[in-house]
Amino acid sequence: MTRKHLISELRASLFQAAWFVVLLFPFLVMKVNVSSGKASVIFRWSALPVVAVSAFVLSFAWRAALRWNERRGDKVKVRTPLSKVGELVRSALARKPIRRTAILALLAVVAVYPFALGMYHTNIMITALIYVILALGLNIVVGLGGLLNLGYAAFFAVGAYTYGLLWKYAGPSFVAAGIDTGWLFWIALPTAGVITTIFGILLSLPVLRLRGDYLAIITLAFGEIVRMVLQNSSSVTGGATGISLIPRPWFFGIRLPPRQAATYIYYIVVVLVILTVFVVRRIEDSRVGRALEAMREDEIACESMGVDLARNKLVTFALGAFWAGIAGVVLAAQTTYINPDSFTLWESIMVLMAVVIGGTGSIPGAIGGALLLKLLPEYFRPLAQYRMLIYGIAMIVIIIFKPDGLFPRNRKHYTFVGKTPSDPAPGVEK
Amino acid sequence: MALMELKNVCTYYGNIQALRDISLSVEEGEIVTLIGANGAGKTTTLMSICGITAIRSGHIFLDGEDISRKSPHSIVGMGLSQVPEGRRIFPQLTVLENLDMGAFLRNNKELVKADLEEVFELFPRLAERRNQQGGTLSGGEQQMLAISRALMARPRILLLDEPSLGLAPLIVHNIFEIIKRINEERQTTIFLVEQNANMALKIADKGYVLQNGSIRMADSADRLLANEEVRKAYLGL
Repeated sequence: MTRKHLISELRASLFQAAWFVVLLFPFLVMKVNVSSGKASVIFRWSALPVVAVSAFVLSFAWRAALRWNERRGDKVKVRTPLSKVGELVRSALARKPIRRTAILALLAVVAVYPFALGMYHTNIMITALIYVILALGLNIVVGLGGLLNLGYAAFFAVGAYTYGLLWKYAGPSFVAAGIDTGWLFWIALPTAGVITTIFGILLSLPVLRLRGDYLAIITLAFGEIVRMVLQNSSSVTGGATGISLIPRPWFFGIRLPPRQAATYIYYIVVVLVILTVFVVRRIEDSRVGRALEAMREDEIACESMGVDLARNKLVTFALGAFWAGIAGVVLAAQTTYINPDSFTLWESIMVLMAVVIGGTGSIPGAIGGALLLKLLPEYFRPLAQYRMLIYGIAMIVIIIFKPDGLFPRNRKHYTFVGKTPSDPAPGVEK
Repeated sequence: MALMELKNVCTYYGNIQALRDISLSVEEGEIVTLIGANGAGKTTTLMSICGITAIRSGHIFLDGEDISRKSPHSIVGMGLSQVPEGRRIFPQLTVLENLDMGAFLRNNKELVKADLEEVFELFPRLAERRNQQGGTLSGGEQQMLAISRALMARPRILLLDEPSLGLAPLIVHNIFEIIKRINEERQTTIFLVEQNANMALKIADKGYVLQNGSIRMADSADRLLANEEVRKAYLGL
């Protein structure tokens, strides 16, 4: 930073500190004290310098960071210690034996996790993995298709309620017939997949011609409608009280105690995550995936290539919805109790945040983002009251400093080989 | 029979009439150009043909079949593809992926591969940059990519919307030469919408002059080039 810049930044920070002092004066300095029926204002002058200094320091740090970010953009690549570690890891993983060992080690950790850490941690991990499935599903819609969906929790709800309602209405006859109710889970899983897919198609019909803000608002409304319907049709869905005592899946007819059941569900969800990753990867590399990406990039050009846009959007929503339905069934099985409060707009936003923080369009991003957003709050319980604040700050920081997300999509590794006699500046792509 | 024919096409944006009774025809193997000033309705004509903008009345025929009510993707399947205005390549997809999108409706991988090689022969620069993201190409390269992408569909008729837009004169020259080559070597019929009337008329067989949404003049390209009115209004001579 040059001296001129430094002075101008200092001046701006000083100005902001002054502004913050004025702004926060009524909140932090003045305090109304009510004692024996009489109100008096106490001025806590000692707070003033604290506000001033911290506002100044924070403002200056923020400005310095922004400036660093701007300059960073000019260079092709900046090597920070962190990026060096990342490079090292990536180059190590590129080697086949190392990669195979790493995958095996990861699988081993995943396999022993519930035995090593106990039920509490297993349950947390199940919730996190459910979010991984959600994030991977939403990633198809938002990351690949470029369609902003703010009502994703609705599909999650439809999945969970498919299982819940199946239990509520078909459960008694199962019990009467002497059939193990643990089988209901396995019936619910594909049923929920089909039903949420149908819901996905239904939602996509009215939004075929919409994009951007309009799409976001319609999907948001859809999410709320589904929740409200679930909440208000009490005779069918149990309304706000929800559905309880949903059976856990049983292990080949053996009724498992809660602890083993958690372990069992954990393995089920792990398998589902692996299945999701596999399928999403296949979609990404397929003709459909290519068409989805093209649609995200440019709708008119996409149409000119002979892509049926309407069908494409339908497929996007259906594919995204399917995984939310699957995740919903697992949620219902894990918690054994569902009510509409689990599927608010906030849930949709959480999943979207996981996708964006991890890296839109990136599979490792969706996994990493979901794990971060679900696991960190569990292990930082003391900071729970600041959760929203931290999420907000994290979101701003990531969007400004790492717009591709924490684990950006690694679009094949490109190196530029060959001569370009006519071109003075060959683009070296990564 | 004309390969492509428009009969009394009228297109509206809301209540505003953009095209008034457009009639034109393109014979197989020809280069036909549609020239006109800004806002004359050139792009609207093209979008109407492609089915992206719905027409209100009239008919559009491709090889005798009425395509005026068909969806854009089925029109592409019938052998009509367009290079949209402003290129509209897919910026985050690589050159190769962009070209692959062009062949979206084709199933025969062998033929697609052969076409890919042919396109790379036409534009060696694209072959060099096949793994580069589309958005990182220069304007001229992007135009080449847009044209190649449309060719990958193996169209019988190729519609080009202002391929000269925003390009340096030398590159424009280059692009027009290649358009002519495509017409000659591949026998692809070309319908060229252009503002650069001079360049367009030089390579075209036939020209139409569009003004305020209706066809003002229709003649052979040579005669239009010589026409006093055209020279004054569109060639700046």
